[in-house]
Amino acid sequence: MAPTYFNEMYQNGQVRPPYRHLEDWTAAMPAELRSLKQAEAEALFRRIGITFAVYGEGGDPDRLIPFDMFPRVFTASEWARLDRGIKQRARALNAFLVDVYGRGEIVRAGRIPARLVYQNEAYERAVAGIVPPRGVYSHIVGIDLVRTGPDDFFVLEDNCRTPSGVSYMLENREIMMRMFPALFRESRIQPVDRYPEILRRTLASVAPAKCDSDPTVVILTPGHFNSAYYEHSFLADLMGVDLVEGQDLFVEGEFVWMRTTEGPKKVDVIYRRIDDAFIDPLCFRPDSMLGVPGLMDVYRSGGVSICSAPGAGVADDKAVYTFVPEMIRFYLGETPILQNVPTWQCGKSDELTYVLENLAELVVKEVHGSGGYGMLVGPKSTKEQIAAFAERVKADPGNYIAQPTLALSTVPTFVDEGIAPRHVDLRPYCLVGERVELVPGGLTRVALKDGSLVVNSSQGGGVKDTWVLAE
Amino acid sequence: MLSRTADNLYWITRYMERAETMARLLDVGARMSLLPSTGEGYHSEWESLLQASGTAEGFARKYGDPVQRNIESYFFFDRDNPSSIASCIGRARENARIVRGALTTQVWDALNGAFQEMRALERRPRSELDLSVLTDWTMRHSAQLRGAIDGTQLRKDGWDFLNLGYFLERADNTARLLDVKYYVLLPGVEFVGSGLDNYQWTTLLRAMSAHRAFHWAYGGEVTARKIADFLILNAASPRSLRTSIEATTVHLDRLARGYGRTTAAQSKARAVLAELAETRVSDIFDEGLHEFLTRFIREVATLGALVHDVYLSGDQR
Amino acid sequence: MILSVLHVTTYRYDTPVRGVVQSHRLTPSGFEGQKVLRWSVEVEGGLPGGGYRDGAGDWVQSHSVRGPVSDITVRVAGDVETRDMAGVLRGHREHVPPEAYLRETVATAADVALRELGQAAVTGARDPLDAAHRLAAAVSEAVAYVPGATHAHTTAAEALARAEGVCQDHAHVLIAAARSQAIPARYVSGYLLAADGIPHEAAHAWAELWVPGLGWVGFDPANRCCPDERFIRLGSGDDARDAAPIKGIARGPGSESLDVTVAIQSVQQ
Repeated sequence: MAPTYFNEMYQNGQVRPPYRHLEDWTAAMPAELRSLKQAEAEALFRRIGITFAVYGEGGDPDRLIPFDMFPRVFTASEWARLDRGIKQRARALNAFLVDVYGRGEIVRAGRIPARLVYQNEAYERAVAGIVPPRGVYSHIVGIDLVRTGPDDFFVLEDNCRTPSGVSYMLENREIMMRMFPALFRESRIQPVDRYPEILRRTLASVAPAKCDSDPTVVILTPGHFNSAYYEHSFLADLMGVDLVEGQDLFVEGEFVWMRTTEGPKKVDVIYRRIDDAFIDPLCFRPDSMLGVPGLMDVYRSGGVSICSAPGAGVADDKAVYTFVPEMIRFYLGETPILQNVPTWQCGKSDELTYVLENLAELVVKEVHGSGGYGMLVGPKSTKEQIAAFAERVKADPGNYIAQPTLALSTVPTFVDEGIAPRHVDLRPYCLVGERVELVPGGLTRVALKDGSLVVNSSQGGGVKDTWVLAE
Repeated sequence: MLSRTADNLYWITRYMERAETMARLLDVGARMSLLPSTGEGYHSEWESLLQASGTAEGFARKYGDPVQRNIESYFFFDRDNPSSIASCIGRARENARIVRGALTTQVWDALNGAFQEMRALERRPRSELDLSVLTDWTMRHSAQLRGAIDGTQLRKDGWDFLNLGYFLERADNTARLLDVKYYVLLPGVEFVGSGLDNYQWTTLLRAMSAHRAFHWAYGGEVTARKIADFLILNAASPRSLRTSIEATTVHLDRLARGYGRTTAAQSKARAVLAELAETRVSDIFDEGLHEFLTRFIREVATLGALVHDVYLSGDQR
Repeated sequence: MILSVLHVTTYRYDTPVRGVVQSHRLTPSGFEGQKVLRWSVEVEGGLPGGGYRDGAGDWVQSHSVRGPVSDITVRVAGDVETRDMAGVLRGHREHVPPEAYLRETVATAADVALRELGQAAVTGARDPLDAAHRLAAAVSEAVAYVPGATHAHTTAAEALARAEGVCQDHAHVLIAAARSQAIPARYVSGYLLAADGIPHEAAHAWAELWVPGLGWVGFDPANRCCPDERFIRLGSGDDARDAAPIKGIARGPGSESLDVTVAIQSVQQ
């Protein structure tokens, strides 16, 4: 039985209202103009230097992530619901983090197993007892969503550490506005360009108590060889803050300092884009050359804020994910607005049996994996691949979860043959500081291969501009 | 400004200036090889260039005998040669990518454009590429970058570090080019004042794009003294040591004013400049041109090290 | 008993370094078994950084020294009044749940031999406390106290295979064996009044196991006992590296040499 997919533009042969302008737009664009525009977009991307190198794939470090010009559109009312659901989730995840590094009420209440939290690799005992400024551990929460019907949205996973990709949200819009200004005059599309300003305000709002002046905010990058370096540099530039590497910072006395041409300058808030394990060789991995020795002591004694806070990863683990609706009920006393995808924990023997019997229908992921690696998409795999994967799951069941293969919605996409539906997901970026804010938009990733459900850029995915229409 | 950012800016321009010098050296070599054989002098022009650019050993290891075609490849395309034009442009562009946010779009375009064209050149058959095409190409991109920097960069500390890179590298490179002529190119002292000598001086002037400027300024016969005056002491000559150090001083003073603090780098630059201002061409030849240049190259290196210590290392309090 | 401590550590760098940052777990916290009467930690030429009590109840204090510097001395001195609590850590304020001490580290990863040792020891135990005692006794039997047979990076598995080691190895082996049996366990660093009263070259270390109903209980397999009034407890962690009294990093290419003296004396009352 072939599954049916929700096409976001066409329903029962009719164009859905938010896509009405786009129908005229494509009708008025002959193939030659389209390829001209596509080349122009590519040239623009290359000129601004936005590239995405993929770890472990080698090849061209200046590779472009494919950009599809056909936008993805949400109505104001569709977005209003997403906005409430995403903010609700971001608040609950932060409440959970403050709790598990504090009294652990949710564990004591038996709503989540202690093992999942305290034996989790992402649980940092070194930060137990800390309540960061404003009670926020995860300041930028990326929530990956998929759609299966007009009103059916599912959360695929949460990213509480350092979700990447927001530069594409901003650049995709920039390029669309430059190439198709008329489209933006006709449709009333809510802007996303306040994101850097809101991010900066969010970060400044969580400055430590010891900071008594306008806080100095920096972005800490692993360096220019990192695949997301472009994004780090782009955000620093738009926020007007310094982009630093570990070697640019040092600890002296109660504070962290930055090396400048005018001497040391105190740093108050660090938006770090490196993993916990690397931020302080004194506290975590001693072989890390990327971090700042002594940073954790300054953090713990209130001399600097680190965003996201070390230890935030325990909330976005794929096994903990199952319990997010529970967190929403427990901490906020609310009903979850966005649903989770039903998830089987291979670590539980009865669920493992089910998973192994139904591999061909399921998507199986590593608990700690990311980027679409180490996963099995049952319906798209051969018998041999399924059998091989079953052995991996059996060898270490606790490391895997399984979910049904979701009928991801499609959006029209420019392909060689013209326009065809391709599967998409969505990652909005929720900012949590003094306030909880969400710009109307996000990163839409699209699986460019016909029939593919894997949208990761490392696996042949592309990106689209994401529109939210005004009322 | 972050010390590492200042360091990256400084190296963008040092590498681009170095690329330009490499192109000028290639030009010198090509012109010299057109000269009729002088017996002893003939084979050694290309050898001299390798010596001058400090790459003789690396070249010999890779290619053996200095054949013009190989030297062109080595100077222009070879990534194994850290001073090749491709290496310099690659490194300048990498430094720029790291501090993309500190550069205007025009400056980034100039560098990134050069880099992307470079990669296109690398893919073309060498037989299609005349040496003059390659050297002109390099000079054009170097000029474009210079223009973009002057035309679009904010006049803040970043601009000063970009200029310090240019002028310190230029001071060093001009001194080395001069030294090559006198110490390396000429096969023996008996050639001083000979036709070969004069031809080489003229070639050097051409390579410095200063041939006509020189004649405007001095007129008459080309002599070693006039050239030394023009390339070392003349404050109107754009690539002279005096001009380079004067510009270095200007930018260091701007930094001192902006930061409200004078350092050892300012005092050193002023001392070097004062000496150049008081030196007469006869003093240089009394000391010996080679000796003078060797000493000057060392002074410039000391100045560069001071700039590194007080601004780029981030260790200064 | 009142114990008097003098613990001096000197780091020397063969070429001066650009700066040093250290993180210290060198201040005993109070509980029913120990009360701090007088205590000081001094770093010559050092700038004290922020201090805080971590989730495990230990006082952590950082120090930084501005370079160039070629040697650094850390001097710890003080008096602590101790009582024999048979190893039970009562009245110690902390809020990390014991489940957080079940994860393996590189030094405490359990291999087959460690699992078997753990399994054999707990089989037939009357209750969790008995199990903990049996585990500690098994480790004392399995690993002989032989100074110099192991080094700072020897793992529990390696020490057990050699059947020789020092207090650090005994603690690691006990921790690994206990965790393999789902008993939370952690590494403790501190001081011990030696029977001979001679100054030692290193501080002491033992392990704590979680016993439901009692809480954390210390075991010192190297001395076949539970910590009593001769012990001063400084701090704890997942393993020796995590619980180290002094962690430090010097910026610079110089290589480092270390000189430690520890003198513990009982002060007559």
